[in-house]
Amino acid sequence: MMPSSLRFFLAVAGLTMLVTAASTRSSAYGASNAVPQWFRSDVYAELGKVPDKDRSRINPLENDPQGVVAGRILFQDHCSECHGDDAKGARKGPSLRASEVQKATPGTLFWILTNGVIRKKMPSWSKLPEPQRWQLVRYVKSLGTD
Amino acid sequence: MTRVLLGLLFVSSLLCVYPSRPLLAQENPYFVTYDHNLEEPGNLEIEYFSTFGTQRSGNDFHAFWMEFEYGVNAWWTTELYLDGQSTFRDSTIFTGIKWENRFRPLKREHLINPVLYVEFEHKSDADKTMKEGEGHDVESDFLTPNSELRKGINNEVELKLILSSNFKGWNFSQNTLAAKNLANSPWEFGYALAASRPLALKASATRCRFCRQNFTVGAEMYGGLGDRYSFGLKNTSHYLAAVGGWNLSNGWTFRLSPGFGLNDDSHKFLLRWGISREISGFDQMIRRMFGGKS
Repeated sequence: MMPSSLRFFLAVAGLTMLVTAASTRSSAYGASNAVPQWFRSDVYAELGKVPDKDRSRINPLENDPQGVVAGRILFQDHCSECHGDDAKGARKGPSLRASEVQKATPGTLFWILTNGVIRKKMPSWSKLPEPQRWQLVRYVKSLGTD
Repeated sequence: MTRVLLGLLFVSSLLCVYPSRPLLAQENPYFVTYDHNLEEPGNLEIEYFSTFGTQRSGNDFHAFWMEFEYGVNAWWTTELYLDGQSTFRDSTIFTGIKWENRFRPLKREHLINPVLYVEFEHKSDADKTMKEGEGHDVESDFLTPNSELRKGINNEVELKLILSSNFKGWNFSQNTLAAKNLANSPWEFGYALAASRPLALKASATRCRFCRQNFTVGAEMYGGLGDRYSFGLKNTSHYLAAVGGWNLSNGWTFRLSPGFGLNDDSHKFLLRWGISREISGFDQMIRRMFGGKS
């Protein structure tokens, strides 16, 4: 027979995980019929907060012939779930074909990838080695605007 | 208890074959040390780990645990553990449960990134998972038969300060641990250090399983630092282990780690291995179950 304290603990831990899973989206977007966060104009505001020295960084893989293709695979593996398969945005993340993103410098996009936008649920991707983050930047910049 | 465990194993198996979208897990290869990279929001990672350990003057053992790791937010990951062990020529028993939370306090990436770790453990003295080195845990603690060890039940709180850096493809991590049995026991301390690097830093232009960037290798070292009344290295165990991980693009990760005891109070040899699968969009799956829109 399972001890009552263990049953209580199991119930609390299990419920917490289920409730947090179920409430994750509602905490991001409010009520289910609310406008998704990425429709709000300030969603790209983080691009303007990048320090100047990071903004002006040049992509060392700018001329790598395989950069875009490798970046596309990385995008499918790590980014498409939130930003959509075509990078046009989904319920979790904004479009990366928006002019704000496409006009941003490679250094700006690299900085956003590295730091994430933690409070808005965009995780930091610093666990990807630097060259892979630059490959992702190459792919995103190759998309162009809608 | 058996029914609960079988139920969880059944659910885990179903989740592992759930066809989620392509996903490269990109996990670190560590078994003991934590880095500052948290689970992506909304993703669930189901992990199974084993540890085979040698025992001088006693029976070797195989300890195992399951982890359910969920990214609540980009700054909060919560995790549930179920632990068990088999001691050869003795018995196989369930040894406890843990609930862990990791919080990332800073918004930006820095040279050194802190993460705060809080864990509650409900475990018996028979726990042999050795997920951390703490206090005066030594090899001879495991000589007592399971039938005796399982009678001692502990509720314990464990705090860690995780410091970690990603630099030029390398990850360097350092964990400082303080644990307190909620019964009248002193605070115990421990440490873990680790470094790892993928075999290649650039991604390949073709999807592949055996590309060098999918393999990460490194080393970790961990051990106890005594307790509040006898802080230091006396009567503590310490280990040095090679670690390796293989990330596959369908969310699976395999890990392997041979480790060696560094003093006479440590087990001579530990072999750890693990398999995990990251399921993307678990939050949406749960919402659909409760009638929400995906």
